[in-house]
Amino acid sequence: MSQFITAVLTSLSSGAIYALMSISLVLVWRSTRVINFAQAGQAVITTYVGYEIISRTGSFWLALIVAVLTGALLGAGIDRFFMRPIFKRIQSGPIAVIAPVVATLGLLGVIQSLIGMIWGIDYQSIEAPVSTNGFEIGGSVIAFNRFNLFVLICVTTAMILLTLLFQRTNIGLALRASAYSPEIAKLSGIKVDAVRTFGWALAGAASGLAGMLYIPGYYLHPNAMDLLLVFGFIAAVIGGLDSLIGAVAGAMILGFGISFSRSYISTEILFPTAFILLILVLIVKPGGLFAAKKKRGA
Amino acid sequence: MSLVVENLTIDHGAIRAINNLSFKASTGSLTAVIGANGAGKTTLLRGLSGLIASKSGSATWNGQSILGKKPEDLARSGIMHVSDGKSVIAELSVKDNLALTGLWRKDKKDVAAVTNEIIGLFPVLGERMSQSAGSLSGGERQMLAIGRALIARPKLLLLDEPSLGLAPLIVEQIFQTIKSLVKNMNLTVVLVEQNAMGALKIADEGVVLNLGSVVAFDSAQKLLNDPAVRTAYLGY
Repeated sequence: MSQFITAVLTSLSSGAIYALMSISLVLVWRSTRVINFAQAGQAVITTYVGYEIISRTGSFWLALIVAVLTGALLGAGIDRFFMRPIFKRIQSGPIAVIAPVVATLGLLGVIQSLIGMIWGIDYQSIEAPVSTNGFEIGGSVIAFNRFNLFVLICVTTAMILLTLLFQRTNIGLALRASAYSPEIAKLSGIKVDAVRTFGWALAGAASGLAGMLYIPGYYLHPNAMDLLLVFGFIAAVIGGLDSLIGAVAGAMILGFGISFSRSYISTEILFPTAFILLILVLIVKPGGLFAAKKKRGA
Repeated sequence: MSLVVENLTIDHGAIRAINNLSFKASTGSLTAVIGANGAGKTTLLRGLSGLIASKSGSATWNGQSILGKKPEDLARSGIMHVSDGKSVIAELSVKDNLALTGLWRKDKKDVAAVTNEIIGLFPVLGERMSQSAGSLSGGERQMLAIGRALIARPKLLLLDEPSLGLAPLIVEQIFQTIKSLVKNMNLTVVLVEQNAMGALKIADEGVVLNLGSVVAFDSAQKLLNDPAVRTAYLGY
């Protein structure tokens, strides 16, 4: 029983982190039609900024806030000064699809090298702000701790705020309209370029949060978020790539699949589980579980 | 005070879609642009609303050049383009579609007022506010697209084929609405249409396009009676 409860709880907390990454990817994909590989680099460099703040002030909370804000600024900056010029110059043909994606891959390499130059490539660690000793259930300690609970609360709060932003605010409507139909949005007077930059900022903030919530359980190094990028991407594809709800659902499916197979089959089964889930979903529903509904014809 | 297009040329890749085109639309008038498929009608509107770049020539609205500007800036300055067919965002609700053109307007009171006017004009939209635009019929989508444009209180409305794919009865209804809008909302309308007869009947002026060039520019009445236009475009 306690094994089952542990598996459920770890599913939720790891799923929550995957969700932040998949949401980051979906936010960018929806607005730009680009898979942003640099997201892993953005997440890790903002976490390094957080690490720097902690080593200077000792405050995880300040570091968390600064990292999220840095993530937002970095995301906005990348879109404004890196992606937008690329899109301006290449507007059509197959290269218009490939070039921006390759550019993000290049950017990932640049960011990771930059980290190596500034902070070195040694493993660093960030201490969790709350206890990481497992909770006790019926006298036995389980692999779910106060920090995991904190992660769950943080991510849930972020999701609620994001949902309210998208559904209840003007900028949310502009984001949705620009994602579904940039042309109609422009013709309606919406500054789609600026809206897109805001979408990149949100994605950057979410990945910054992902880094700060993920690293305390592991180690900080330039490639620390690479695995999460893969899982975030799998979750996003499972969810249909276009849907924020799909991204969260995909992340939870992945979280549960991985945790349960690890606790009931083998701890070595991380990767196979993720990819088997992905392949299963793609065979059954190639567009992902939450693929956008086809428009009704005339 | 008018839309003046002079020697406008637009290339579509290697193809010259609009060739040295000139016409005028005076304020408060309805100008129909007719011509066969591929005559360049849609390209003309896309050029005027800033969606595509022009190669040479000029276009001014009330004396100010509109070429080379961004579509969102033109939209905010009162030039609204309702793009081809049913230009609505299917995934958004009717309410959200209508709200798009009010988002950036400062005068929120007027946005509310004009939204009510639009719902008065197209009551069916009022009944379907929370439905997704994708669930609307073709005619309803067209009303939504026009309604959305009107909420910006535009001065110049560029309409691309509002009759496309609609039943004849609905087409008639849409055309009459457009005609009355010109009068009631002090609009200048450029109406691109494949349905030449219907468009010329409600228009003041008509522009006949062929392969990107103007072959006739005259009062709509005269074009309706012109034997050459009748055989080529009106089919009788």
